[in-house]
Amino acid sequence: MPTEILMPALSPTMTEGKLARWMVKEGDTVSSGDVLAEIETDKATMEVEAVDEGKIGKILIAADTDNVAVNTPIAVLLEEGEDASDLDDYSPSAAPAASQAPDEKEGNDDGDEESAPAPTPRVSTSKTPDAYDASGEIPAGTEMVKMTVRDALRDAMAEEMRNDERVFVMGEEVAEYQGAYKVTQGLLAEFGERRVIDTPITEHGFAGIGVGAAFHGLRPIVEFMTFNFAMQAIDQIVNSAAKTRYMSGGQMSSPIVFRGPNGAASRVAAQHSQCYASWYSHIPGLIVIAPHTAADAKGLLKAAIRNPNPVIFLENEILYGQSFEVPVLDDFVLPIGKAKIERSGDDVTIVSFGMGMRYALEAAEKLAEEDISAEVIDLRTIRPMDMETVLASVRKTNRCVTVEEGWPQSGVGAEITAQIMHHAFDYLDAPVLRVSGKDVPMPYAANLEKLALPHTDEVVAAAKSVCYRD
Amino acid sequence: MARQAARGAKASAPEIKKPAAGARKATPKFSTETIEKFYRDMLLIRRFEEKAGQIYGMGLIGGFCHLYIGQEAVVVGMTSAIGDDDAVITSYRDHGHMLACGMEPKGVMAELTGREGGYSKGKGGSMHMFSMEKNFYGGHGIVGACVPLGTGLAFSQKYQGTKNVTLCYMGDGTANQGQVYESFNMAELWSLPVVYVIENNEYAMGTSVKRSSAQTQLYKRGESFNVPGEQVDGMDVFAVAAAGKKAVEWVRSGKGPYILEMKTYRYRGHSMSDPAKYRSKEEVNKKRAEHDPIDHLRQTILDDKIYTEDELKEIDREIKAIIADAVEFAQNSPEPKPEELYTDVVA
Repeated sequence: MPTEILMPALSPTMTEGKLARWMVKEGDTVSSGDVLAEIETDKATMEVEAVDEGKIGKILIAADTDNVAVNTPIAVLLEEGEDASDLDDYSPSAAPAASQAPDEKEGNDDGDEESAPAPTPRVSTSKTPDAYDASGEIPAGTEMVKMTVRDALRDAMAEEMRNDERVFVMGEEVAEYQGAYKVTQGLLAEFGERRVIDTPITEHGFAGIGVGAAFHGLRPIVEFMTFNFAMQAIDQIVNSAAKTRYMSGGQMSSPIVFRGPNGAASRVAAQHSQCYASWYSHIPGLIVIAPHTAADAKGLLKAAIRNPNPVIFLENEILYGQSFEVPVLDDFVLPIGKAKIERSGDDVTIVSFGMGMRYALEAAEKLAEEDISAEVIDLRTIRPMDMETVLASVRKTNRCVTVEEGWPQSGVGAEITAQIMHHAFDYLDAPVLRVSGKDVPMPYAANLEKLALPHTDEVVAAAKSVCYRD
Repeated sequence: MARQAARGAKASAPEIKKPAAGARKATPKFSTETIEKFYRDMLLIRRFEEKAGQIYGMGLIGGFCHLYIGQEAVVVGMTSAIGDDDAVITSYRDHGHMLACGMEPKGVMAELTGREGGYSKGKGGSMHMFSMEKNFYGGHGIVGACVPLGTGLAFSQKYQGTKNVTLCYMGDGTANQGQVYESFNMAELWSLPVVYVIENNEYAMGTSVKRSSAQTQLYKRGESFNVPGEQVDGMDVFAVAAAGKKAVEWVRSGKGPYILEMKTYRYRGHSMSDPAKYRSKEEVNKKRAEHDPIDHLRQTILDDKIYTEDELKEIDREIKAIIADAVEFAQNSPEPKPEELYTDVVA
């Protein structure tokens, strides 16, 4: 029986990649460990090694092929005693991952299998006037370009670095490695090692150095490889960065951006899967931003870099590879502290941010099939929180569901719920419900991880529950 | 036993530098103006702190109040080694550093009393004061935090292409915090212009250096990172100034960081609520009697006939008047307005 060689995955979140080149040809004899081919994603390159000994019977996917789904057979290996004639009636098996991959994948390696298309913002005609109207953020007729969140973040940094000599990036692997998640790709080449600085693995130290540099007039962007590692640095973030303006009577400040992926990635288990939105949103003196789309990532990161306060900028590894429409504007900066009505509706308000928006939007789609019109609000900024927009929506729909990947206790949803109870109690027709990550450390097993994360069906169920539609 | 042997081996490792006992001569090579400034500045700090202690006892100062009495030579000597554009940062025992930087005693005292006229408008208190004008970057209450922060100041000085340097003070207690070593590593790696001044007053709160530090020679703490270090008699302002000058020249020339361990002593408790059970009264009295930095300087001035007893008394009177003014200001400055509660959180 010929052995199929499958397209491998570089990471748990990769669904497809490019088969760049073959290092062997049909008829070659290989032994285990030999390099057969090179595959690429926009994040990394990997060599495919032979696992078994044998002879390359047939190459199924030619070199330089884009968008090869993970687990697609790329070649067939003949074992001892087999020859090319054994392949006469061979037909490659289907790739299970490929069959689930959405059509509009653009070579991204870590988009989830349920990549949501960029939603078109719609403006509700019935919303009350004090809510923030995000429809004017992008002027009508602006050219749009499809771009990944990763590239949008990189462009935001590059643009601000071109504009302001005080801006620099520091963190682990941001320079020569081009970013652990390739967010800083190309910055070293353009700005040099003075402004794109690889640090040792020393979060507490370099976070403090960043804050000190900000005290002294620079505009640091400190990248944490993930926000899980920022717990080592949290004293510098909270005690040194957030409180200094106040403690100094307004004399000294810390204009710094701490950014990096936050929340669960995929199968990286408890210590690498945690949402810090509610942690940082607790702290006066900090700005906390968690964008979902590439346009918001770009416009808000540029705003964050210019902001005179310390900003926590929470990204998401799974969203990095997802593409959205981004306006082609010379200087696209979005306001901090403004939520966006991503989808308007009348029956229930769903409030979320970052990765949670994916579940919220998918749920709204499913609810629409059942004639429930959901208004989906993307907070975008967690602190200061745009409660005006949320309250205006709740006063219209009289129902609310919050969605976040973080834990329920003292979470962002808990805060929203308390504020709604205080400011819109009389408008509520049902208790506010929270959909959140489960109250457990993140498990590793695939099935348990799925259970631990919020799920679209849970959002649907919660929305139906507050609408008394079961 | 094995551990002791290993420690013995470490102790005999190559020395970086150590002061010869009693190296200072009676006629150091400093100008009259400099010597007078040393005397005035040290005395100002001493009288300021004594007064702060008094009015703390009267209930005018709240919370924590860590006095610098005994350590004055360190900050005064080091300050003489830097220029106006150089930066200074320290931890929570910071009143002396602020005064040495030229910050107004009135503003510092009014911050201690939590008044509007304080450097932080009454919102920072003893441990959190800053002066952008004087390049004093705090005043930081978390032990160890000021070390990466100070390293960041030096990072900025280098990034901006200045020739300025940072004096980053810490205590012997701080020297055991992990972030200190993260900072040493990066400062040396990137040749940052920072002098780390370890003020070893022998006690981290109530824990002696011997009980807390496997390597008690703190000037050696940079060895693993190739940061040179030197131990200095921190009770001798001339020795401090000379060592400071050398260290500042080293870092200013682009050679990277430098560590100065100042052997000093605090006469008062860690804070105002110190039980004073961890050391004997005799130990404190002996230090005071034999090593007081101000007494020594006073004697030197008299021995070298720089000023007469009467002239020194006149300086004493002037200092006392400055302190009296500061206390009056700090008592009469109003408390911050209630509206100030919500200002200066974010811009």
